[in-house]
Amino acid sequence: MDRYPEGEHKVKVELTVNGKDITADVEDRTLLVHFLRDVADLTATNIGCETTSCGACTVLLDGDSVKSCTVLAAQADGRSVTTIEGLASDAGEMHPVQQAFHEQHGLQCGYCTPGMVMAIVSLLRENPSPTEAEVRQGLEGNICRCTGYHNIVKAALAAAEASQ
Amino acid sequence: MSILGTRVIRTEDPRLLTSGGVYVDDLREPDLAGAVRATFVRSTAAHALITGIDTSAALEAPGVVAVLTAADMADLPAPPPPEPLPDDAPPPEGPNPMGGVWQEPLLAVDRVRYVGEPVAIVLTDGTYSGEDVAELVSVDYEPLPAVPSIEAALADESLLFPDAGTNVCVKGGRPIGDDSIFDGCEVIVEGDVVNQRVAALPMEGRATAAVFKDGKLTVWTSSQNAQLARLILTAIGLPPDAIRVVAPDVGGGFGAKIGVDREQIIVAWAAKHTGRPVRWAETRNENLMAMTQGRAQLHHIKLGGDREGHIKAYRLDVVQDSGAYSRMGGFLPMLTNLMAPGVYDIPAVEANYTAVVTNGTPIAAYRGAGRPEAAATIERVVDWYAAEAGVDPALVRRLNFIQKEQFPFVTKTGAPYDTGDYEAALDKVLAAAGYNELRVEQRRRIDAGETRLLGIGLASYVEITAADGAAGETAKVEVHDDGTATVYTGSSAHGQGHHTAYAMIVTEELGIPMDKVEVIHGDTDLIPDGVGTYASRSLQLGGSAVHTAAIEVKEEAAKKAAELFEAAESDVVLDTETGTWHIAGDPDKSLSWSQVAAAAEAGLIVANVRFTADRPTFPFGTQLSLVEVDVETGKVTLLRHVTADDAGPVLNPLLFEGQRHGGIAQGAAQALVEEILYDADGNPLTATLMDYGAITAAELPSFELLTSETPTTVNPLGVKGIGEAGTIGATPAVHNAVIDAVSHLGVRHIDMPMTPERVWTAIQKASTR
Amino acid sequence: MIPPSFTYARATSVDEALALAAEHGEDAKYLAGGQSLLPLMKLRFAAPAVLIDLGHVTELSYVRDEGTYVAIGALTRHHDVATSELLLADVPLLARTAEAVGDPQIRHRGTIGGSVAHADAAADLPATLLALDATFVVKGPSGTRSVPAAEFFKGIFETALEPGELLTEIQVPKPAKPAAWSFQKFNKRAIDFAMVGVAVQGTSVALINMGSTPLRAAAVESALASGASIADAAQLAAEGTNAGSDIHASKAYREHLARVLVRRALEEASARA
Repeated sequence: MDRYPEGEHKVKVELTVNGKDITADVEDRTLLVHFLRDVADLTATNIGCETTSCGACTVLLDGDSVKSCTVLAAQADGRSVTTIEGLASDAGEMHPVQQAFHEQHGLQCGYCTPGMVMAIVSLLRENPSPTEAEVRQGLEGNICRCTGYHNIVKAALAAAEASQ
Repeated sequence: MSILGTRVIRTEDPRLLTSGGVYVDDLREPDLAGAVRATFVRSTAAHALITGIDTSAALEAPGVVAVLTAADMADLPAPPPPEPLPDDAPPPEGPNPMGGVWQEPLLAVDRVRYVGEPVAIVLTDGTYSGEDVAELVSVDYEPLPAVPSIEAALADESLLFPDAGTNVCVKGGRPIGDDSIFDGCEVIVEGDVVNQRVAALPMEGRATAAVFKDGKLTVWTSSQNAQLARLILTAIGLPPDAIRVVAPDVGGGFGAKIGVDREQIIVAWAAKHTGRPVRWAETRNENLMAMTQGRAQLHHIKLGGDREGHIKAYRLDVVQDSGAYSRMGGFLPMLTNLMAPGVYDIPAVEANYTAVVTNGTPIAAYRGAGRPEAAATIERVVDWYAAEAGVDPALVRRLNFIQKEQFPFVTKTGAPYDTGDYEAALDKVLAAAGYNELRVEQRRRIDAGETRLLGIGLASYVEITAADGAAGETAKVEVHDDGTATVYTGSSAHGQGHHTAYAMIVTEELGIPMDKVEVIHGDTDLIPDGVGTYASRSLQLGGSAVHTAAIEVKEEAAKKAAELFEAAESDVVLDTETGTWHIAGDPDKSLSWSQVAAAAEAGLIVANVRFTADRPTFPFGTQLSLVEVDVETGKVTLLRHVTADDAGPVLNPLLFEGQRHGGIAQGAAQALVEEILYDADGNPLTATLMDYGAITAAELPSFELLTSETPTTVNPLGVKGIGEAGTIGATPAVHNAVIDAVSHLGVRHIDMPMTPERVWTAIQKASTR
Repeated sequence: MIPPSFTYARATSVDEALALAAEHGEDAKYLAGGQSLLPLMKLRFAAPAVLIDLGHVTELSYVRDEGTYVAIGALTRHHDVATSELLLADVPLLARTAEAVGDPQIRHRGTIGGSVAHADAAADLPATLLALDATFVVKGPSGTRSVPAAEFFKGIFETALEPGELLTEIQVPKPAKPAAWSFQKFNKRAIDFAMVGVAVQGTSVALINMGSTPLRAAAVESALASGASIADAAQLAAEGTNAGSDIHASKAYREHLARVLVRRALEEASARA
């Protein structure tokens, strides 16, 4: 197969990001989050740690929330990624979770927000009517330092209700 | 209909939620094209002499552009010596680093004093190769005995700065007298209270990008004040007008991003030194070792009172761990001393402080900066005294509050409290929490022998905001001939929502709708003069500046409108509902802002203001924490958190509540799960987010926030600062709640954080009375 | 933050994976979900020269009813184990344990085989599989063999897997019904690894983080078999263990937790039966 150029620690990665096909030769060790930020030029997804603890880098991989800092770009080859930049409709209408964050003041500095929003999008897909406890438990992998989570939880519950 | 006081959702949000914020590492500035990536080589020893740095292997690595050490920085101007002080002068109390014998270098020269201290900087073409090359730099260390704690520092056996002759860098406050202030006290509480070292932990670490082109240095940096950053950056040998600093979106600061840090000065210097643009963003591990941290005080306390609950005397002796380099002299413990008696009218108060250096990360401001430590201790000790005296802790507070009629009130420590109604805040919280019912349920569980017991913790607090009110804040307000307005503010938001708040002020005064008001901050080319966002100062100083400037714009515009109407200025009226100018009693004739501005010079009406306050303000409140303690394991669950946090009239309840929520979470986190730890050799044990216990949504309840608005007379908006108050009240509320749950077993005090093992151990050690 | 350089190789079948492992020898490591290996590499605690990505070996992702036991493909994600209707009905202890691993994002990527092969003493699944007397099917250059859970975990990050061998299937005997089971995970924060944990299935009691491997609480099991009460049996929970002391808990406290959690687990299991 011609996917692995010899001896240069490089790999060809083809994936779909927010509906757009992107192909690039990258170092084997390239993390998906860097592929998104530096190759796909989508910088909304942020990096907050290197121990898979903070969740700032959360995106959807084939519809499931994953921490993109702990996925190699090569592992995502052939798959589909959604970042916060791909949530709003083509007409620019915000996704219910984005809208809820806005209405409930679910963000302050905004750094954890893309990961937090994507984590909630995934949570609501799996559990469309969560209780507050289920939302809080479901966000155990996402750290925020500004909001105290109160309004993030409100936003998740409001988005769930708006989507019923 | 006033817009002030209404829940306006943020103008900042749509961009942040759709295309994302643009933080330093997101920048795609043309001037940064082809930038090299900076990676630091950091000390792996807590205390050691550097006997050699071998960069040869690193220099041969692919993709390397430069490997620089202190030796390459020899051409920098020496830092100015500290101002000489007369012998009897009080120690410097401003937040300035101590220089002279305590001087902190940029890159370490011949000695390292904390694990993580920057020793060399590697510049590479690619981001990924940075760590590869940094690993190849070989540093030889000759270890020195570590000073990993306050106790070790005070022993003065191993000195971090031999030329200083001691590890004690500053002392202040009033000398502690004899014990006569406690004479006649029927109940005395004495002991040590630890306010442990915590990490500031903004979600975005430190990041800086710099380019030196055509004699001008441009630095984009994650900072709480670009203007101060610029001043600090003159250390690389450029005058301020050759430096432009831009603070783009900033992912949290909490005090640790005031100005710029030494790595950022080094990055800026590297850009000048190499002529290449340089980009740097630290990893979380670096952030947890080398971004300034908070708290780290040891308190020796003694409190005395009678058996009915009246406090007679309080002594607070503070030892401040400054970390390896004293960034703020005695400033933090000086504030702790100032706020020592809290909300109480205590007849005799003694407070003093000693600051030492240790082989740990330097300590600087962190949400509350000296005041949380004061509140955490007085509130803890009041509960401790209440338990010893056998008096309900709410009653003890009530008996000792400074009364509403006593304001303005100067405390025994010299703090000039402006306004307050401490009892009303307490009453509100007790009622909303159902305090009496909670005590009944608490008792029921104990009597039934249940193992999951309730704890109820109170904290009545007061704090000082805009302590540097005299420095003030700047605002320039412009109305353009297209009817839009621009606000240039010296404030520097990093999540607070100033763009929304300040636009609301302009809309209120000028009637220009929010979507036509743009707020700009954080660029020294556009706002050369500004102070910044910290100390909960922005709304009261920055907002007051915007308010004042808007009024000046209105007055200028009135003159112009009068000219256009050919009427007397006193007959001209602005209808802020529609944003139009009229002659009183003649509704048919109207002028828009656009028309008025177009008639002004250069089609612009502008006012430039620096607002200063002659005094700080003192927000206050009561917080109640309800916890459940599993006495078999010591595990604590936070059940409820009820607060009344009073910072005067609320401009935007949404923003106001958000600040309280975030503050409460950080305060509760210190009480429950967070602590920076070192081993006996000074090696950090909590330098990743796996080991450092940042609190998550799963540990916290939703908060119950009550309204309380007691204005100040210090500024035209009547507002105080809310940014840090939530944190200040939450820590002792949670701390007290946990101990309250097991006080019937004889437990009187447990140091923070209340880890399960700590709580369980305290239960084991206590005996029932 | 950045892993050291390596060569990425991809397998699309078990045979291809084994062939790549044989080709690269000890320079290579298998990459399953990556939720344990990649963090180690990012901190530069692990630096394999070759990573063999198993993400496309779809033949190893399944949860199958085999009558007396449930067969789980090694590359089945934690999320799928946690939500499997079959496991929720027939082996709820396993589904519950998978639900407790990490956070939702980690559960979408991490695999049961990856967790077992990684063998972190503080991990949840190895102890539960030990309590369930699971068998691990291992394929290697010399063929296929089955290893009982009791013989699989050798030490911290050390298993019975020989170089090049691949864990392909986990076989879990279906417990008798009504099932008496309980999973207790004690931590300071929801996201933390277990300070101490307990998995109970019937009369089997396994401990998390009380030694360098998951351990069966043999003294407790013996006591129960001899007719001891739950309270008395639980007092023996720390016997034969070797808990560590670290920044999260001391050895003595862990031993105390083991006693409390074993008692609670046995009580909960008994209430379920």
